[in-house]
Amino acid sequence: MTNRIAVVDYGMGNLRSVAQALRHVAGEAEVVLASTPDLIETADRVVFPGQGAMRDCMAELDVRHLRQAVVDAAASKPFLGICIGLQMLFDHSEEGDAAGLGILRGQVKRFAADLKGADGLRLKVPHMGWNQVVQTKPHPLWNGIADQAFFYFVHSYHVVPDDAGIVVGQADYGHPFTAAVARDNVFAIQCHPEKSARDGLQLLRNFVGWNPVLA
Amino acid sequence: MLAKRIIPCLDVTAGRVVKGTNFVGLRDAGDPIEIARRYDAQGADEITFLDITASSDQRDIILEVVEACAAQVFIPLTVGGGVRQVADVRRLLHAGADKVSINTAAVDRPELVREASDKVGSQCIVVAIDAKQVAPGRWEVFTHGGRKATGLDVIAWACKMAEYGAGEILLTSMDRDGTCEGFDLALTRAVSDAVPVPVIASGGVGNLGHLADGVSEGHASAVLAASIFHFGQHTVQEAKAFMKERGIPVRL
Repeated sequence: MTNRIAVVDYGMGNLRSVAQALRHVAGEAEVVLASTPDLIETADRVVFPGQGAMRDCMAELDVRHLRQAVVDAAASKPFLGICIGLQMLFDHSEEGDAAGLGILRGQVKRFAADLKGADGLRLKVPHMGWNQVVQTKPHPLWNGIADQAFFYFVHSYHVVPDDAGIVVGQADYGHPFTAAVARDNVFAIQCHPEKSARDGLQLLRNFVGWNPVLA
Repeated sequence: MLAKRIIPCLDVTAGRVVKGTNFVGLRDAGDPIEIARRYDAQGADEITFLDITASSDQRDIILEVVEACAAQVFIPLTVGGGVRQVADVRRLLHAGADKVSINTAAVDRPELVREASDKVGSQCIVVAIDAKQVAPGRWEVFTHGGRKATGLDVIAWACKMAEYGAGEILLTSMDRDGTCEGFDLALTRAVSDAVPVPVIASGGVGNLGHLADGVSEGHASAVLAASIFHFGQHTVQEAKAFMKERGIPVRL
């Protein structure tokens, strides 16, 4: 059985890091950078990373004619969104008033500038560094990862899903926010598993072996 | 809760990690990849490579170091030193760096920071500031390893750089660097409280108490140190255990 993992390459961000971390845990699986629709269509599973402004990411996706292949993959095969790759699955982002892919219902909002931490000091934006992820629901991708494990985050915007039922992980930055969502064959996470040391690699390893029941 | 970060810094030249004071008396500290792996295993939150190579024809060696490191160490990697243009930023990111630190080139042409952050995102752009005290409560930006005054006020400069798109400020006290007397806490606090982005405190760490002070007194989001880790004085684990005891949130 083939296990080819396509990392969607639309010219934005840390694809190389994502691909390298996947290769590190992939075993027999093959990891390819997919900059054309056919590489996404023929893959067994798809990783959708991203960095930078969401409007630019959406524009690059369209310039490369990858939008439909990404939407199809999210409807049909194991699919992992990372960072902006999580945010783009939603309807709309405040960042540049940008429309997302609309695969999941909800909004992407900026952290307020006046949030305060437990020590009374202003919380910096971007939210940058290692924060704990509370596993609000069990999921196969959490296997082998302790609840409240630390993951590396770097972002100024966070998703607010309409349906709280899709939230599987939360973190806290001035207030609890959605760190991970899951629905059917889709799992998407705000932090960077490829930069989150052992626990991040475990999540990627879980994804490589994940076989969700497809409708 | 967001953890305060501990970042070992590796000064690299000709493919080796070295450590000295103000670029004199450099001691060889070993192979960069081996050292980065060791710090990763000890629980370092990030690794910073500073390319201190003087001649430009040797610059590409750092790309090989970054590539090799990024294939084996899965924590954020910042690289600085000799970054002059957006193309340099791109090359380092492509080699596997997560963030690129810009220092002198930002002073020469502040627009570079705006252009770079527009192209690759603020999260990838660190502006490094070398600060020297010039009067009580006043610090000036220096370049060229602290040898060249710029006339710029550090706090105003840090705010400007955040506005131009720096995602983070790496703040080094030239007065303290290499002294082992601890961070310049007044400087660290003044800048941390003034800018909306995270500040990494650097320069002067001689013991674990200094690291904790940088966070609790200096309000830094992260602390950077070299010597205390390189020569076996302390491990990153010990540093984190110490900070935890002081009530500072850390990733253990």
